[in-house]
Amino acid sequence: MREKITLNVNGLLHLIEADPETPLLFVLNDDLGLRGPRFGCGMAQCGACTVIMRGQVVRSCVMPVSEVGHEEITTLEGLGTPEQPHPIQQAFIDEGAAQCGFCLSGVILTAKAVLDVNSDVSDQEIRDALGGVLCRCFTHTRMLRAIRKYADSRRRT
Amino acid sequence: MIQSRRDFLGSCGALIVGFGSGPLSQLSAQGQGPFETHLSRIDPRKLDSWLAVGDDGVITAYTGKCDFGQGILTAQSQLVAEELCVSIARVKLIQCDTSICPDQGTTSGSQSTPTNFNSENLALAAATAREALLSLAAKKFGEPVENLTVTDGVITGTKGRRVRYQDLIGNKQFNLPLSVTAKRRSVADWTVLGKPIPSLDRTALMTGQFEFVHHIRVPGMLHGRVVRPPAMGATLSHIDKQSVQNVRGLVKVVVRKDFVGVVAETQYGAILAARQLAVQWNPGPELPPQKDFFDHLQKQPAHDALSVDSQDVDAQLAGAASVIRATYKYPYQMHGSLGASCAVADVKSDSATVWSSTQSAYPTRSVVSKLLNMPIEKVRVIYVRGSGCYGLNGADAASFDAAILSQEVGTPVRLQFSRQDEMMWENLGSACTVQLRACLAHDGRVVAWDRQDWVASLGNRPGYDQPGNVITGMLLGYEPELPEPRSAKPPTGQFRNQSNTVPSYFAGCIDGKCGGDGTIRSERALTHTVRSPFFTGPLRSPLRIQNTFANECFMDELCANAEADPVAFRLLHLQNSRVIGVLKAAAQAARWEPRSSPKAGISHGGTVSGRGIACVAYEGNNGYSALVVEVDVDLETGRVQPRRFVVALDCGPISNPDGLRNQIEGGILQGMSRALVEEVTWDNRRVTSVDWETYNSLHLDYEMPTVETVFVTPADVPATGAGETAITVTPAAIGNAIFDATGARLREVPFTPQRVKAALVERDQRGESI
Repeated sequence: MREKITLNVNGLLHLIEADPETPLLFVLNDDLGLRGPRFGCGMAQCGACTVIMRGQVVRSCVMPVSEVGHEEITTLEGLGTPEQPHPIQQAFIDEGAAQCGFCLSGVILTAKAVLDVNSDVSDQEIRDALGGVLCRCFTHTRMLRAIRKYADSRRRT
Repeated sequence: MIQSRRDFLGSCGALIVGFGSGPLSQLSAQGQGPFETHLSRIDPRKLDSWLAVGDDGVITAYTGKCDFGQGILTAQSQLVAEELCVSIARVKLIQCDTSICPDQGTTSGSQSTPTNFNSENLALAAATAREALLSLAAKKFGEPVENLTVTDGVITGTKGRRVRYQDLIGNKQFNLPLSVTAKRRSVADWTVLGKPIPSLDRTALMTGQFEFVHHIRVPGMLHGRVVRPPAMGATLSHIDKQSVQNVRGLVKVVVRKDFVGVVAETQYGAILAARQLAVQWNPGPELPPQKDFFDHLQKQPAHDALSVDSQDVDAQLAGAASVIRATYKYPYQMHGSLGASCAVADVKSDSATVWSSTQSAYPTRSVVSKLLNMPIEKVRVIYVRGSGCYGLNGADAASFDAAILSQEVGTPVRLQFSRQDEMMWENLGSACTVQLRACLAHDGRVVAWDRQDWVASLGNRPGYDQPGNVITGMLLGYEPELPEPRSAKPPTGQFRNQSNTVPSYFAGCIDGKCGGDGTIRSERALTHTVRSPFFTGPLRSPLRIQNTFANECFMDELCANAEADPVAFRLLHLQNSRVIGVLKAAAQAARWEPRSSPKAGISHGGTVSGRGIACVAYEGNNGYSALVVEVDVDLETGRVQPRRFVVALDCGPISNPDGLRNQIEGGILQGMSRALVEEVTWDNRRVTSVDWETYNSLHLDYEMPTVETVFVTPADVPATGAGETAITVTPAAIGNAIFDATGARLREVPFTPQRVKAALVERDQRGESI
């Protein structure tokens, strides 16, 4: 049965109507028109659909929309805008840390979630956090350089 | 063709860096150019087919080569800006829209740069336009062209008179043919090309604004899913449409021959229906067991072809004191695109539009017209980027699927694969086995070298008229392209090495004319192409990576046999100056220490380290690379950990060094993933590596080695491809480094810990350990 559901996404409230079992990803893409989270595998294996909820990364491809409740969801476009990118987005821009770019929600949001808790982390700890994230263009080196740059800038401030 | 125009164009092309996502996000689904165009007007001989100057001074250029993340959008924009002497911010590039872009076939084979950046096509169009604009200004000013200068689209004469491009031609057509005498701007004068301009898609990508094909939404659009057979060769037996009656929002169950799909109002509804639909299939034939697959390949009827045959190889080898032999194996591997393939089709009764991430917009249009039984001029394919494809991923099949579903329901349909749809049915990178034999002279030189390979092949890119080359077409009743068994004919004509079948060390002589890169004159290269049980198709460096793995590792075996240094030994057998150039440059940059492999004093416990090298002339003449790698091998676990890559690359003049580095780094690390962990698996019925738990790929937690890149750029050579050159040598270089570290030779990809340990045992049994 379709239900009316209120979602708090990127600081805005949205009223949508959906089957409560619908994965959050499809609501973000189809009802809210968001482009950040993307369908990669539908099985929480690759990270392309990543969003942040309660400070934690969530795989929106396997989370029923009804489980979100009143929690605020942040997507890649919720961090910053093209005119004013978030510092971690700016670090990725500066390092040119993308090829096709399909994986970026998983990479950027996972790194941000880890560094928001503790910016004083080793490269190994950053990598460990990214264990479930896949980039098939293998832009790993530039991505980790961008994340390091962001981590260092946070430690300084 | 490249000549200096420093005399009057010295000030041209002021470099302005700084742009946002604006121009790109406007490249929407409706991405129209300023002029109404149609098929008959997209004549590649006409300048107006390639570019237009708007009355706002924006240069809109049209290309048939598209960007999947490899950076060709930025590089082509730089090209147009450079030749027209405008800032890159003034260039808007439209990629692969069949209603407004010239047909440049498929964006593949490292051909975009050779095609569009030398003296034809887009480069020639831009140069023609610049010369035409200068002529118009010269006429207007009453001054000779030589007196004029251009800065960012403003032409200035000697008396200070100025005119903007748009004042000369804004929103009007040139009505000129491409001028074969139009001169490219000299590399020495470049101000936009050759610069590390940040990729134009960068900000939109990082901020989640970029439009992938997955984001295309059109009014009234429904959602589709396909229901594929459970195994290769299975055919439809019975379908129970009642089984999905209760799925909310279900619009239609579509059945055409063996093609089954569902259309629903929502993505979730389509997924539920696809899962729930009760379908019975007749089983396909049993698959050959994976463990004996390479033996199976060699027993199949084959299409045989000789790349080169000096006809004295058997005699030379028969007369040799000892013959060195080896067999190399390379598995099926996947494109494994991160995003499940997706397409949107809007098929009306008299026309169709397909938004597709295919590498082949025009061929896709042709096949869609065939599948829909609709005149080709009524079909439009608009390229929109999907996730990185590295060749023929699921994009073509998804485009065909979407078109069929849309035709069935009469409304626009967005079709997206499941992960299993993508990985079970993609056209895999071919499995291949190579047998090699050679003998050495007393001085250690290679006298004779024989090699034959068996390649598994079924289907391919669908091209303009072969829908059966991918799964959708086959389900609809079209036959796939098959290797036709025949015996080999003696090679004739010009020596070609498109698939890098022939090692760089062969002289490559046919009828007395030698086109190879090396000195070995007793040479034979025979390829047996046999039917594959799975679809195959081009995967980044198709057959080049397989062949180069075997050729460059075997060269290392010959070198070890001669107890020579791997760089010096290669140089002894090379005569192509560009292969020699990259080999020397890589060795120098890596501080290569001349000595033979394996290194002396290998311990029998703990972790050992070694270095390896490999080189290639990609496709014979489309880019040159040499790669040095340093690896650690854990002798207890068999785990291989590359630590450092040093690559030298020669692709002629470089359009964008930052973009090129990104491609090289990604290529090498992708090659490393393929060398270490990637392998398609199957049971007796079906492919079993259908997701990221069953198909291995190195995730972001892998400790990546450093990659150092050195460019070698000879003067006055044309631009070649560059995106596949470095990946091609990666498995071979790693295999050679493992040998250097351990004395154990890995002859089968991927180099799993199990295989490494088996090779160590074999080494010990041979008593060759040190």
